[in-house]
Amino acid sequence: MKLTGSQVLLRTMRREDVDVIFGYPGGVVLPIYDELYKEKFRHLLVRHEQGAIHAADGYARVSGKVGVCLVTSGPGATNTVTGIANAYMDSIPVVIFTGQVPTGLIGSDAFQEVDITGITRPCTKHNFLVRRIEDLASTIHEAFHIARSGRPGPVLVDLPRDVSQATIEEEDIRDDFNTLNGLEKPQQEDIAKAVEMIRAARKPVIVSGGGVLLGKASEELREFVRRTGFPITSTLMGLGAYPGSDPLWLGMPGMHGTYYANMAITGCDLLVAVGMRFDDRVTSKVDTFAPNAKIIHIDIDPVSIDRIVRSHLSIVSDAKTALGMLNAALAGGDPVPAEQTREWMDQIDAWKKRVPLRFSESTDRIKPQQVIRKLYELTKGEALIATEVGQNQMWAAQYYTYDHPHTFISSGGLGTMGFGFPAAVGAQVARPEKTVIDIAGDGSIQMNIQELATAVQYNIPVKIVILNNQYLGMVRQWQQMFYGRRYSHTDMSYAPDFVKIAEAYGATGLRASRPEELEAVLKKGLETPGVVVMDIRVEKEECVYPMVRPGASIADMDLGLELPAAETAPTNGGEDPQTRSFN
Amino acid sequence: MKAKENTIALLVRNRPDVLARIAGTFSGGGFNIESITANITKTPETTKIIITTKGSATTMEKLKKQLNRLVDVLSVDDLTGRMASRRELVLFRMKWNDESRSAVMAAVDLYNWKVVCMDDRYCVIEVSGRKDSIDRAIQLLDPLGLEDFSRSGMVALEKFKPE
Repeated sequence: MKLTGSQVLLRTMRREDVDVIFGYPGGVVLPIYDELYKEKFRHLLVRHEQGAIHAADGYARVSGKVGVCLVTSGPGATNTVTGIANAYMDSIPVVIFTGQVPTGLIGSDAFQEVDITGITRPCTKHNFLVRRIEDLASTIHEAFHIARSGRPGPVLVDLPRDVSQATIEEEDIRDDFNTLNGLEKPQQEDIAKAVEMIRAARKPVIVSGGGVLLGKASEELREFVRRTGFPITSTLMGLGAYPGSDPLWLGMPGMHGTYYANMAITGCDLLVAVGMRFDDRVTSKVDTFAPNAKIIHIDIDPVSIDRIVRSHLSIVSDAKTALGMLNAALAGGDPVPAEQTREWMDQIDAWKKRVPLRFSESTDRIKPQQVIRKLYELTKGEALIATEVGQNQMWAAQYYTYDHPHTFISSGGLGTMGFGFPAAVGAQVARPEKTVIDIAGDGSIQMNIQELATAVQYNIPVKIVILNNQYLGMVRQWQQMFYGRRYSHTDMSYAPDFVKIAEAYGATGLRASRPEELEAVLKKGLETPGVVVMDIRVEKEECVYPMVRPGASIADMDLGLELPAAETAPTNGGEDPQTRSFN
Repeated sequence: MKAKENTIALLVRNRPDVLARIAGTFSGGGFNIESITANITKTPETTKIIITTKGSATTMEKLKKQLNRLVDVLSVDDLTGRMASRRELVLFRMKWNDESRSAVMAAVDLYNWKVVCMDDRYCVIEVSGRKDSIDRAIQLLDPLGLEDFSRSGMVALEKFKPE
């Protein structure tokens, strides 16, 4: 039997366990769309290609599977570039199928032609231009393999129209491809060295990252913390891998990290970094990051090792294997007696008591932090939280407690405004039984607001909570702190009525402007079936605290509120941490 | 840290865009290519690329890891400081006349160079050798009517098969 390229594409995707495509049709992908129609393949029509790639990305983050999007050539393809770069920075496995003009026209500036493999070369893990139908099936399999293996990432496959239309005998289809060499298991002697360092630690701290979630190693991480009794902090990308309600949890470190996480990193004598890459939002000034610590760095990507921070021991491995081996080596007895770290744990407790995460409450204005806390209460911490980028993202990271893996969906590396809502759509498709909330700002939500049509059309009941401060809040915060309160082009008070926007799209719109309205509106919004937009008018000039000035030491935090007097002497070389206000 | 010249041998899959990926890795990471040669190997599916580049040991470590991350790169071999033969090939075009001809020919004889072609006005000389001897050849030929030249970039081969 003869199959067309389009049929080969769908057949191969089925073999790769693809159950949904996020896409947008166009000229050169018409043969593929015709086949989708005939085969009733599940496809969600987005309203902008950027929505398709973010939705595939959100779907991948929550399901642990490869997300798939399909777009046409030219502008369809270029519209996905931001989303591809986003997935690349956060190591998310997605496969992007782009249409291309027929092979004979490539290079002729044909209508809707663009060199998308050239454009996306630096922001994909790999990409392919398929020139012959004979290579189609094996290339697609290889694309999925590359996307999900090792350090995951986006892979783009460019499909010229004549390849989708060509035919091939079924028995001539080749599914095999040359596999890449897999990772070797960590050396037993490195594990032994790590155990020795762990046993010797008096002031230990664990920093976990997105790699633990990507490697599906939350159980191993929890086990590792149980065995060692070490306190743990996670980067933004790693939230949820370790339960946020556990006493050993320190919150997030870095620019908007907790006081106690940053102090613990600065004072520790052993830092165990797992599946994280020492991003500058975590380390800030590298010289003063964990200055007294021996560092064990476990990461799947050798490029991450010794790139920013030099480690004393590095283990190139996926988190699951390395932590599993460490746990086995630490089994039995009490590897790190509590007395050995007691002083340190007391110190951390003192830091926690001295400067907890806090904000000043108000009786006449809704505080954004209060909105997140209330959402946590109402959902009992069981919702999936997607965020946009900026203040909304930081408050969502700080004030919602994440107890389960794959429940926090946020653009960490690229910082893409407009990511949250389409990603929430993808997350909801992956987990239809869950409450999915997009915590948005009034700026970010307007960057992909057209996806309301997608969500309503397919009844994907995402709840959007807009922390509406009528500013581009984080940029405004920097202008307040570093640019003399000159609010250059951050005033967003000219905005649509979000309640009416919701209604116009066929969703439900709600608004809360005063603190006493907040709980009722959130409750009603969460209980209302279907898509709901909640426009929460919050304090306009609230800032995210703590804040580390860019380039400063992470121990050097602006805490926003007065720092209470020290109750115990800090242990980082005997000096009290500097705290300073930028206002 | 001191930037010294490094020689890296890459074995890559022979795909149309593999050079672009390697060039992109250099430019994206802020590294500079001093010279590059690329050619087929015994197996037509793979290509060998020899790149010379300047950088400190730390920079080289980062560069090698990033090259290794490319899907189409099969191996990255750092020949810097290893027992390897290194050669470059250069073609020199000399504009000569009755006066300078004998001086040019004397140099060709002295250094065992090769005249590839010649007529009354021009000759093309082939020179191969290490980078420093090529540099010396340029110095020597320049005052004798050197009009243009073309360098191949360095090729290198380890003297013994690595374990």
